[in-house]
Amino acid sequence: MQLFAMIIKRSYFKTRSLPYLLILPQVVITLTFFYWPAIRGIISSFQVSDPFGFRTTFVWFDNYIALFRDPLYLKSLVTTLIFSGSVAIVSISFGLFLATMANRVLKMTTLTRTLLIWPYAIAPAISGILWLFLLHPSYGVVAIFMEKWLGIDWNPLLNSSNAMLMIVMASAWKNVSYNFVFFLAGLQAIPRSLIEAAAIDGASPLRRFWTITFPLLSPTMFFVTVMTIIFSFFESFGVIHAVTQGGPGGSTNILVYKVYQDGFIGLNLGSSSAQSVVLMGLIILITVLQFKYVERKVQYTG
Amino acid sequence: MSKSKLFWLAITVTMMISFAGSAFAKPIEINWWHAMRGARGEVVQNIVDGFNNSQSEYKVIATYKGAYDEVVNAGVAAVRAHKQPHILQSFEVGTQTMMMSGAIYPVYKLMADNGFKIDWSQYLQPVLSYYMNADGNLMSMPFNSSTPVMYYNVDLFKKAGIPMLSKTEPITWDQMGEITAKLVKSGVKGGLVTAWQSWTQIENYSAIHNIPFASKANGYEGLDTELLINNDKVVNHIARLKSWMADKRFYYGGQKYQGPKSEFIAQNAGLYIDSISGIAKLKKAVHDFQWDVAPLPVESWMKEPQNSIIGGASLWVFKGLPKKDYAGVAAFLKYLAGNKSQIYWHKETGYFPITLNAYEQLKSEGYYKENPLQEVGIKQLTRRTPTKISRGLRLGYFIQIRNIINEELELVWSGKKTAQEAMDNAVARSNVKLREFERIYK
Repeated sequence: MQLFAMIIKRSYFKTRSLPYLLILPQVVITLTFFYWPAIRGIISSFQVSDPFGFRTTFVWFDNYIALFRDPLYLKSLVTTLIFSGSVAIVSISFGLFLATMANRVLKMTTLTRTLLIWPYAIAPAISGILWLFLLHPSYGVVAIFMEKWLGIDWNPLLNSSNAMLMIVMASAWKNVSYNFVFFLAGLQAIPRSLIEAAAIDGASPLRRFWTITFPLLSPTMFFVTVMTIIFSFFESFGVIHAVTQGGPGGSTNILVYKVYQDGFIGLNLGSSSAQSVVLMGLIILITVLQFKYVERKVQYTG
Repeated sequence: MSKSKLFWLAITVTMMISFAGSAFAKPIEINWWHAMRGARGEVVQNIVDGFNNSQSEYKVIATYKGAYDEVVNAGVAAVRAHKQPHILQSFEVGTQTMMMSGAIYPVYKLMADNGFKIDWSQYLQPVLSYYMNADGNLMSMPFNSSTPVMYYNVDLFKKAGIPMLSKTEPITWDQMGEITAKLVKSGVKGGLVTAWQSWTQIENYSAIHNIPFASKANGYEGLDTELLINNDKVVNHIARLKSWMADKRFYYGGQKYQGPKSEFIAQNAGLYIDSISGIAKLKKAVHDFQWDVAPLPVESWMKEPQNSIIGGASLWVFKGLPKKDYAGVAAFLKYLAGNKSQIYWHKETGYFPITLNAYEQLKSEGYYKENPLQEVGIKQLTRRTPTKISRGLRLGYFIQIRNIINEELELVWSGKKTAQEAMDNAVARSNVKLREFERIYK
């Protein structure tokens, strides 16, 4: 009986209150910094209120209805999906590519890997500014070069696909490093003997990658995809704020930036709260879908 | 005596000492949250120090709280937490929000309640009128005010054989077309660029030509106002600018000032419209060519162009603080409006002095003989008495409305919409915002 109890309870406390006491700090932090603001947000999404909070009226779903009637909000939704999809594809494929290459580096491995990880340490806003200095049509070094020597008409200030390309690059560039770290760790966990056995059997490097490495990397791939999509939904705010401010013509105004513009700058708190609730729902939906459909294909054991 | 008793005694004594100190010697503290950074922040601090040293009853504490929108947000949060500062600097587009907030103590009332009789007619009316309510009472104290003017590259003008522009008589937009054509022909990459397109090309264009920007006297006379910028005159102006883009007589450098300014500095554009406060920035940045300032262009049919309108920020006083503090707030605002502060502020930052008296003193000192550029803006601002249409704009959610206008203009510049479609859409979208705003205060 005692053995049974020990198997079920992984840890054993002498007093009943101690475990609760130990998780208390975490609970307090989660409650104050996540649940409390989230609940306040949900409440104010059903209200119309002046910025100072002197006049608040309960309006049921009016904020949500107005939101989904607004063609620009739906446009912003599509923009977000395009943006996140592009960031995910670019940063995951580059991260994987770099990790496979770095995994084969024989000399100065630590240095190479450190250099590849570095961009992740840069704040999104700074990364945005760096790209702006490269690609702004008036003072960007690369932009001026492209126009003068290559004759490319590059203008992210007016051309929406140029602007989208620019923010996708700036966000993906930063995220490549993050993905790189996980892919590299994943690659190093794959037993060399498996790959060597395949090599002896005469499998080409590409075939070895697709049939052995790639399936074994699937847990990492899954994790990285979830993280990248969440990143591109939220963290990319800094990049957009520094580079395009949602322009030109609203073509890079992704959902999280619109929440900021309407709530923080415009002081339209009801609508902004409704938008953040929708955004939260969307992220939950995407993550659930990923766990439900994508995770099935993930192989956790070799 | 036990240890804990000693401890309590120590605390009691400390508290008594500090209480006594605060009750007898400490001046009343007045908090002022502002958005003036860097050199401007230093000027603000110098003015505050001047006030603090001039008397011993009050002590103003000026705190930089971030950019304009951040200061307003800090104010909102503070009011909600009942920890509001006495004075908050808010940008001009937030005027309606502040005025409707129910959290403010109108400045005209503050001054009267505290025994300051102020002759408001001795102030620069186009500056004052932006912050007055419909009855002509001043709600907030103008602080930093500027207006857009036109900068031009003297060297490029000479090269293209264009005569220099007058500092008082505006050119017409037709002349603008000819000048930019000559510039482009002479080999300059482009003609005209503009910063803050909504402010310069629609808000100020409307004011100068006395075209209503919105119904109900631009929103001064009611929350049920609607935008009117899809009128023929504004639409034609935007369409003309768009048509000039074909041969680069006009081109787009971004919503804010950074892009257009760097086009002007790189001599890619011969003309550049931006705030008068750009003078200091250009003086620092331009070394390889001569430039000058002229008033904004006017349509040839407009024989008596109106005043341009201001941009910038004003000081709002929050209510709900101890009564004795307000005497100090009033004294400080009076000090700010004094000639000494105003002249210093104008000379250091380029923002307008707000009283006629300060302006006259600057004139008589010969300041504008040495700095003729500074006077272009004031002359343009004061050339006529403001009408109900040219006195300013009073719109809720104005920040979002400006964003909408910016977005729609960008769609014109990139050729996705005609000027008429874009302005119609801007009006429709902005009216939705105005109705949302109106609903809050019903």
